[in-house]
Amino acid sequence: MSGTETRPDRGQSRERGHGPGVGRDLGVGHSAPRPDGTLKVTGEFAYSSDLYLADMVWGATLRGPHPSARIRSVDVGPALAMPGVLAALTCEDVPGELFYGLDRRDQPVLAADRVRYQGEPVAIVAADHPERARRAAAAIVVDYEVTEAVTDPRRAAFDPSCPAVHDGGNVVRHQPVRVGGDFTAPVVVTGEYEVGMQDQAFLGPESGLAVPAEDGGVDLFVATQWLHVDRDQIAPCLGLPPELVRLTLAGVGGAFGAREDLSMQVHACMLALRTGRPVKMVYGRQESFFGHVHRHPARMRYEHGADLDGRLRYVRAEILLDGGAYCSSTPAVVGNAASLGVGPYEVPNVWIDAYGVYTNNPPCGAMRGFGAVQACFAYESQMDRLAEACGLSPVEVRVRNAVSQGSRLATGQVIDSPAPLAGMLRELAAMPLPPEPSRTAGPVAVPPPAGPARAAAATSVPDPAGVRAPGAAATPDLLDLPGGVAQTTHGEGVRRGVGYGVGIKNICFSEGFDDHSTARVRVELLGGEPHVLVRTAAAEVGQGLVTVQEQIARTELGVERVTVAQADTTVGSAGSTSASRQSYVTGGAVRAACRAVRERLAVLRANGETLAETLERAGAVEETRVYRHRPTFPMDPVTGQGDSHAQLALCVHRAVVDVDVELGLVKVVELAAVQDVGRVLNPLALEGQIHGGSAQGLGLALMEEVQVVDGRVLNPSFTDYLIPTILDMPPMRVSVLANPDPHAPYGLRGAGEPPTLSSTPAVAAAVRAATGLRLPRVPIRPHDIAMDGSRYGNWAGDRSL
Amino acid sequence: MTMDFLRPATWAEALEAKAERPGAVPVQGGTDVMVELNFDVRRPDALLDLNRVAALGEWSAEEDGRLRVGAGVTYARLIAELGDRLPGLAQAARTVGSPQIRNRGTVGGNLGAASPAGDGHPPLLAAGAEIEVESAARGVRMIPAEEFYLGVKRSALEPDELIRAFWTRPAGGPQYFSKVGTRNAMVIAVCSFALALHPAERRAGTGIGSAAPTPRRAVAAEEFLAAELDWDTGRLDPGLPRRFGELAAGAASPIDDVRGTAAYRRHAVAVLARRTLTWAWHDLWAAGPHEGPHDGPRGRVRRPGGPVAPGDPGDPEKPRREAG
Repeated sequence: MSGTETRPDRGQSRERGHGPGVGRDLGVGHSAPRPDGTLKVTGEFAYSSDLYLADMVWGATLRGPHPSARIRSVDVGPALAMPGVLAALTCEDVPGELFYGLDRRDQPVLAADRVRYQGEPVAIVAADHPERARRAAAAIVVDYEVTEAVTDPRRAAFDPSCPAVHDGGNVVRHQPVRVGGDFTAPVVVTGEYEVGMQDQAFLGPESGLAVPAEDGGVDLFVATQWLHVDRDQIAPCLGLPPELVRLTLAGVGGAFGAREDLSMQVHACMLALRTGRPVKMVYGRQESFFGHVHRHPARMRYEHGADLDGRLRYVRAEILLDGGAYCSSTPAVVGNAASLGVGPYEVPNVWIDAYGVYTNNPPCGAMRGFGAVQACFAYESQMDRLAEACGLSPVEVRVRNAVSQGSRLATGQVIDSPAPLAGMLRELAAMPLPPEPSRTAGPVAVPPPAGPARAAAATSVPDPAGVRAPGAAATPDLLDLPGGVAQTTHGEGVRRGVGYGVGIKNICFSEGFDDHSTARVRVELLGGEPHVLVRTAAAEVGQGLVTVQEQIARTELGVERVTVAQADTTVGSAGSTSASRQSYVTGGAVRAACRAVRERLAVLRANGETLAETLERAGAVEETRVYRHRPTFPMDPVTGQGDSHAQLALCVHRAVVDVDVELGLVKVVELAAVQDVGRVLNPLALEGQIHGGSAQGLGLALMEEVQVVDGRVLNPSFTDYLIPTILDMPPMRVSVLANPDPHAPYGLRGAGEPPTLSSTPAVAAAVRAATGLRLPRVPIRPHDIAMDGSRYGNWAGDRSL
Repeated sequence: MTMDFLRPATWAEALEAKAERPGAVPVQGGTDVMVELNFDVRRPDALLDLNRVAALGEWSAEEDGRLRVGAGVTYARLIAELGDRLPGLAQAARTVGSPQIRNRGTVGGNLGAASPAGDGHPPLLAAGAEIEVESAARGVRMIPAEEFYLGVKRSALEPDELIRAFWTRPAGGPQYFSKVGTRNAMVIAVCSFALALHPAERRAGTGIGSAAPTPRRAVAAEEFLAAELDWDTGRLDPGLPRRFGELAAGAASPIDDVRGTAAYRRHAVAVLARRTLTWAWHDLWAAGPHEGPHDGPRGRVRRPGGPVAPGDPGDPEKPRREAG
């Protein structure tokens, strides 16, 4: 059975539209349809890669092939000599600042004296045809002197003899957390864990169109996550004041953090300003893998000490995050890993050291879950080992240590809104399990799907037990087995396992960041009827913010007709579409602006007048408001203490898997989740976020990894960077709790990231349960299962008194 | 540099074009060629589009009992139209890419690319297929599948030759194809294995994919089966499939790469060989005592204790259609 159950008994109430009988069905709390939904499904939506101007030319990038090299010389002459080539630019041609970056301005617009990762941009070209531009870029002659590449993050962090990737050393941030001082316990479990480099794998590659303007500025249409911080980085590099760099959001084909850093923005603007022509740049899929940051790979050492009854006494952890060649958002990722490093558990003594380091590996930065994902895999793996050491079930050990409202995080921050983790775990554990398969090796339906019944099974997500071809009830379907239609088993070697995962994620920007959003709301008469125009700079990246903005305007103003303008920089910053924050912060700004409009209308309105009559008489009403969530504070650099987070969100997962233990192939049979979202704004969009986040976590558990050897990416394509298909992502049971957060607009709690955290350890735990193996690394590869004889229960270093 | 796009309307014109432009790369579905062009792996001076050559899209039952399957028959049609007679190849075809790819891609293209990971190769080897190639200058040449693959992406095809068809007997016994990938659909083989029982000849054919520089037979494993399988009573010594698996693994010479390790591939080939033999032998004897040579298309494949599933290759009454 698939579906989402929402629990209105836990504080959700239906918001009413303020107008008489208007706007209710499509307001807050309802599954209002996406305004871009039909366009996207029918293939008519214009993504950034579809941008077109009649006189535009094409940009291309030359990227260095070496993880580490000195540049002796760059000769663009051969490119300029080619027909159709309008410009070939190097670092010498950067008009303003030579460096940009989200946190530190350490990333060159174009490499000057050295390249620090494979694929670093060295030169850019504009030509009258994209293929000509690419060939011209390839014709540029660069003389490299290859230098030693730093590719081992442990060496980068701790070996003084290691070369420095940047002046000032390789440790970007070291954040300790220190609580208490008693690190003794009768039960101790230790483990070392590793998380591979996951890619955001958005489908719309980096792309945009830069148009030179008559005032000497530039208009940039681009797929990004944060227009204003793009502009803050672009304008100095172009040597232009910010008001001459105007950004408009183009159609975004997914983001997941990968668009938080600049990619082609400055390059396209440089080429446009140089050639006087609109310049379009579109990365190909392979280039895209080099054109954006990835999730930090992590190496983690954990030691959990507990009483015999499983109650935690202490956690010690070292978390090492490989930030690659440039800083990007590494410091904030380290802050999350450190502050959330013990998970949503009450721990009286904590000793954490989290490090983010420079190496010559691909740069890493923001990705859904942002530092919390890596730590979650480690602490949840540890909780399972603790359960085993104490003779408890995985659920019980978590329940005994679960935080609740009033608990302190490792940072000392008190959770001051509902956090009903123990109840969520009990609800999850009480959900019925999918039926056990009858495993009789031999007869199966071969080769499916050949008939309509199985064709349906391949394209929908029903209960796996319910989709067998008629008359074949006792015959296992290959689609239900590990390996799928590739027919690696008819049931032989297949064992079932069940695993649990719990995650806690900070919502909104943390650690003292001035995190705000701006909304301008205008109500006017259009065609004789009231109409609302909402304008923000918030990036719709596919998550559905544009729908939520409409819903809020309908609910607050009681006007059915709402348009959300294309996001641009003509209004103040909305902050980033990340950290699960836009419903909270931009939603809060839209609500505030709507309420300001409502107050003005209330003053203007004469007795008995309709809204249309007021607008007709008084004209349009427009208000702009800035919304800030409550302030957060930096973590103490020595103790890690501080109220660093604005909001915290919990999600729990149960995974049921079938594993072919001989071949190491996995079929996830079911994922079940319980998540507390405070308040459901749009049930359908929420369900999509939970399914999508769970799928991305499943991908990290089983297949998604940018493989890097000696600083070089081995699989920059969707041929070999695998993401889950419909045969890998199972049906889900989802239960949504709505315990309002009194600090947040509508009581809502950011929802997009938490499912990404907990599904990974749940799937890994289920595979461990099926195989009896330790499996300390994700993604779990087939050979990790098939070729590793080590047993889960026999770890060196464990002791249980 | 430009690239010529040649569009012959007939087979004869295609052969002439290939004779004149031996560097021209034939393209049918384009599912492999276009990927290579997009990745700039190669930049041929001409593409030879064979889509207008209607004869390539046809298949026929020949007088010697074999099937002649044109190089342009898509995987989707192979599954739908020939799945009952070529079950091993149909199973392999089902694992190729996505439905869109199977609607365009062809076994002919698989042969032309000669990738060791091509899914079509192991069943052709196991079935003892022959590849019909032709040139304008020297006419038709038949190449046994096992002599076709010379190296990584290298085949016995001469520069002026084109692949016309492959020839193979309809299955005379159970056939299986099994492929390991790191997700449950739409994946390139980490390794694969095909098995075809030939009861009339009391032997079995094999094919290993993606575990050596070329697709190859596991010859020692085949000889072992020919010598040790009990074709008279159907009794299967439990140690026999295991030994068969070991011999099959011994025939592989895999490498470590981005998709898997050499050690894992060798291990997986052994598991696949063992399992496919067990399935095939069960199928053969579940139909009752063996009654001598099968020449024509096999009838219904019964499974012990279970009904035949709709759409099963052994169920000729059911219409067969590729999933959309």
